[in-house]
Amino acid sequence: MALKGNLADFSTTQILNLINLARKTGILHLYEPIITDETVIDGAGNKRKKVVPGEERATLAFQEGKLILATAGNQDGHLANVLHKAGKLNAEQARVIRERGAKYSDKAMALMLINANYVTQADIVRSIQQFTLDIVYDVTTWKTNPFVFEENITPPAERITVPIDLKNVIMEITRRDQKLSPEIIEDLPNLDMALKFPESPGDKFKGVHLSVDEWRVVSFINPKNSIRQIAKACNMTETEIRQVVYGLLQAGLVQLVKPPGMQATQAGQRTPRRIQPATQTIESGVVKRLIAKIKDI
Amino acid sequence: MPPTMQTVKMVITGPFSAGKTEFIRSISEIDVVSTDEGISPESAEYGTKEATTVAMDFGRITVDDDLVLYLFGTPGQRRFDFMWEILAEGMLGFVVMVDSAKPETFREAKSILETFRAYAPTPYVVAANKQDHPEAWSPDDLRIALRIEENVKLLPCVATDKESVKNVLLELLYSILEEMDT
Repeated sequence: MALKGNLADFSTTQILNLINLARKTGILHLYEPIITDETVIDGAGNKRKKVVPGEERATLAFQEGKLILATAGNQDGHLANVLHKAGKLNAEQARVIRERGAKYSDKAMALMLINANYVTQADIVRSIQQFTLDIVYDVTTWKTNPFVFEENITPPAERITVPIDLKNVIMEITRRDQKLSPEIIEDLPNLDMALKFPESPGDKFKGVHLSVDEWRVVSFINPKNSIRQIAKACNMTETEIRQVVYGLLQAGLVQLVKPPGMQATQAGQRTPRRIQPATQTIESGVVKRLIAKIKDI
Repeated sequence: MPPTMQTVKMVITGPFSAGKTEFIRSISEIDVVSTDEGISPESAEYGTKEATTVAMDFGRITVDDDLVLYLFGTPGQRRFDFMWEILAEGMLGFVVMVDSAKPETFREAKSILETFRAYAPTPYVVAANKQDHPEAWSPDDLRIALRIEENVKLLPCVATDKESVKNVLLELLYSILEEMDT
């Protein structure tokens, strides 16, 4: 099954969050956006131009929720190019290896380069990792590209893949995003909400690299502390705390909860009037009769 | 003397074109009373559906002489959101319909869900509609995409299929019963 959409509706960070939490395997294809004259309607009934996929611009491959490989339109990901980009081979060496090694797979080529003492295995792993991350961080600046995630598809076996934990990637993306994107506001409409750790937080935080500010926020996480209170304790602005909390949320490291006595409201909307719930005035016998009736229909 | 009629109300809400009217139509014993507005050829909505709900949809399920369930469908477009609060008054629970094949509506679905949660602490379920569509996102993916908590039921649904609609309503009623018992 393929998940289709547009980054305007579901951002790269949100896609990575989904892949991370659902531990998905597959390939994410990102395309050039082609704006058509056709009009479509979003969920609120607003009109907008229909965007269709054009040429493929990048692919990101994942294995059980980890990023393992990336390619971009102008970077073919050939091992010689990757090592040249990382400064492990000079331009001439890369050219010769590309020409002479055309018939070899990346894995075979890597073995030859290691045996010839051109590079070490660690050089190769680090170079591929950096190459992959550079593409991902570039992709996260794209805002309106159509995407398709094809599940259970893996890159060709001859390609070298290096697993990268998406939690760190997501945290880094939010650190790099200097302005508040709409999804940050939507995911964190109310700073009076509190945070809690998910189940088995030890496993979730394993291998995660947090900044000093992020650790300070984490140290105040408690369902009784609102995000606003945490910001105050950490001497952070609303923008700063939103970005840190958004990163933690998207990385699946924390969850939003209502602190005791708080009523949820949406940012940018009028405060809804509280309505008396009918569950307090209707007896359970009535509900049982409704259940019996619906079963019978 | 005729027995006093008790009425129970449930609200079916969700973004534009999520399938709310179809949902009610599949289970209501009466023809759904729709306050629809035809869509003119000049409108952007032309071609996506024939009419759009502007005030509410209304369906009915009669249990017996003294108990009736009313289903109220909310208008999906934001410009009619003043109706939401009116329709939410006295609801026993609500269903949030999501078009599983339209990620462009997920943000609005989440926003509507939060708005209704804020009206009253009543039980609710999320119906992942159009699961028969080839591009439908699975309920598990939708749960992550919409950030639906684990304790909230997110149910696969095909609003044109009566059995599917029954399942959603029954799950909502079970949740209501559970809350009453606690």
